Amino acid sequence: MNIRSIAALTLLGVVAALPATAADKVKVGFVSTLSGPQALLGKHQQDGFMLAMKELGNKLGGLPAEVTINDDQFKPDVARQLTDKLVKQEHVDVVTGLLFSNVLLAMYNPIVDSKTILISSNAGASQVAGKMCSPYFFSSAWQTDQAPGAVGQYVTKTGAKKVFIIASNYQAGQDAANGFKRQFKGQIVGEVFPPLSQPDFSAEISQIAATRPDAVFAFIAGSPAINFVKQYAASGLKKDIPLYSAFTVYGPYLDTIGDAALGSRSAAFWTPDTDNPASKRFVEAFRKEYGYVPSNISAQAYESAKIIDAAVAQIKGKVEDRDAFVKALENVKFDSIRGSFHYGKNHFPVQSFYATEVSRLPDGKLIEANKGLLVKDDVDPYAAECAMK
Amino acid sequence: MITPGLVLIQLLNGLQFGITLFLFTAGLTLVLGIMNFMNLAHASLYMVGAYYAVALGSWAGYFVAGVLLALPATYVTAMAVEWLVFKNLYQRHHLDQVLVTFGLIMIFNEAVRMIWGTAGLYVTVPEFLSGTVRLGAGALYPVYRVVIIVVGCAVAVGLYLVIRYSRIGMLVRAGADKPEMVEAVGIDIRSLFRAVVAFGAALAALAGALTGPLFSVEPGMGDSILILALVTIVIGGIGSIRGSFFAALIVGVVDAMGRTFLPKFFASYLAPPVADAMGPATGSVLIYLLMIGILLAKPEGLFPVKVR
Repeated sequence: MNIRSIAALTLLGVVAALPATAADKVKVGFVSTLSGPQALLGKHQQDGFMLAMKELGNKLGGLPAEVTINDDQFKPDVARQLTDKLVKQEHVDVVTGLLFSNVLLAMYNPIVDSKTILISSNAGASQVAGKMCSPYFFSSAWQTDQAPGAVGQYVTKTGAKKVFIIASNYQAGQDAANGFKRQFKGQIVGEVFPPLSQPDFSAEISQIAATRPDAVFAFIAGSPAINFVKQYAASGLKKDIPLYSAFTVYGPYLDTIGDAALGSRSAAFWTPDTDNPASKRFVEAFRKEYGYVPSNISAQAYESAKIIDAAVAQIKGKVEDRDAFVKALENVKFDSIRGSFHYGKNHFPVQSFYATEVSRLPDGKLIEANKGLLVKDDVDPYAAECAMK
Repeated sequence: MITPGLVLIQLLNGLQFGITLFLFTAGLTLVLGIMNFMNLAHASLYMVGAYYAVALGSWAGYFVAGVLLALPATYVTAMAVEWLVFKNLYQRHHLDQVLVTFGLIMIFNEAVRMIWGTAGLYVTVPEFLSGTVRLGAGALYPVYRVVIIVVGCAVAVGLYLVIRYSRIGMLVRAGADKPEMVEAVGIDIRSLFRAVVAFGAALAALAGALTGPLFSVEPGMGDSILILALVTIVIGGIGSIRGSFFAALIVGVVDAMGRTFLPKFFASYLAPPVADAMGPATGSVLIYLLMIGILLAKPEGLFPVKVR
């Protein structure tokens, strides 16, 4: 045997040993928007995920976890390159995070096609919930239409008959408006779709003033939401025409909006004042670690880590057996801050939505407070289009 | 539904935006008209002014103090940039000027990111400015926007008086016409130009500081207003303060009216989805159509500076 064949054999041995070492740990690619104007949301998401990892001793289901943090810059093309890096070079077992639907859609196909587990802890595009659903995709959050739909029921309950809708002019904005209209029983007296990054809403607000509706439903994406809410409060309309919204006046922005947010109403699957032991533990630990009140985005990211942990433990660390991994995720059992947790057939959680109103905690912090159940065990409207059982 | 109240509010919104645009444009058109210098970095000084107002305002504890302190701070910053960069560019082609000052925009945006972070900063309007005034027809209007209109108009009048009647104004006009003659009678034309650049930057800073509480103060906030400012300069006539004042008001009002009433106009003739798409698109195109129209009728702009 010459030196060349020995070298070849050694190499072969190394290659053969690779899968064995890979199973010693779980590789997770965390993707979020960590730079640019939306970076605040990314911070909420990352802090939630990292708190769970800290509590789990940086292990998932007993295996050491190797987590890489990736910034999608809120750009689908950057996200697409990240996908290649995560799936083809780093061979991660799980991709999680994902704030925005357009980023999720850019990454979706290459990830699920490679049988990598994808757990979105925020983005919930309608396509992914419906026709494009995949066994390898799971959500620890919600489908985009659900909260606006619940808000529609909320407004109907208050007896408001005439509603004015303002929504950012892009896919999620149209989805939110449609989600609201599907559930609201009354008259839509006006509808405006301002461009995505428009900073001044004076024109739209004066139309609301001229129309005199009973209530306003708003879905303004990203940081312009802060401008809108402050300008709406400054216009003096807030007292007479209550503001209902979805993902506009919510957790991450409450501190910056300040008092202008008080009294604003929405719907959510979870609020920081949720009364169960797991939720209380989470909120307390989060505030101690990061010094601010966790938002639903933090909560969803926190639970995504808990979901992976429980499923990996269930399959005793054999993450390379993807079918078993998917089975374990489908029937995942863990101590959820939502009280109970189970997946629907399209791998979105079947969960209840609650009425919320921005209120002040005794220590002065603003939170979305729970104002009672709106919809029990809600299933999103696209689940029926999903071909999975 | 078009009510008199809505028209009135939109008119005021247009005025408020136009006034802000004027404060931004005044310095830019002076520098372009007098020194033949294309300064895109004007947008950065607008942004820097807004940041100074936030930072100094929270340091002093008063919003108004922040706005007032931001003006000298931006003046000094602009002096420094002029001394470091601009003065080497006056004799160069416009393309060189555009390239260098565009580069400065990127440097300023990145610097602001490093100092204050990528997320926007938000300013709260002080209590005594935060109410609403009742207009006729049951319409409410924020006091703060009225304040912007009043302050802007006062500055515009002051600027006109200074340029028209003061010694400095006379020197600036003379320097624009015959710089050699001004130098020959013993005036340092270089420091005069530097003062004009810095003064224009301070006006832009005022615009940035005043709009801070309406929008967010964030990196790149000056980039979108820069485009509209260039349109304003072209409509008003290069170098003309009076021209840019009226052009800015026209742009502001046309923009505000177009954004509200064009979608309604389309909605009464077209199917809702088409009207939804057409309205915002044509609303933002309207001012460019206006610019083309005015250029066809008056190629020098509405108020051309008298031929030298």
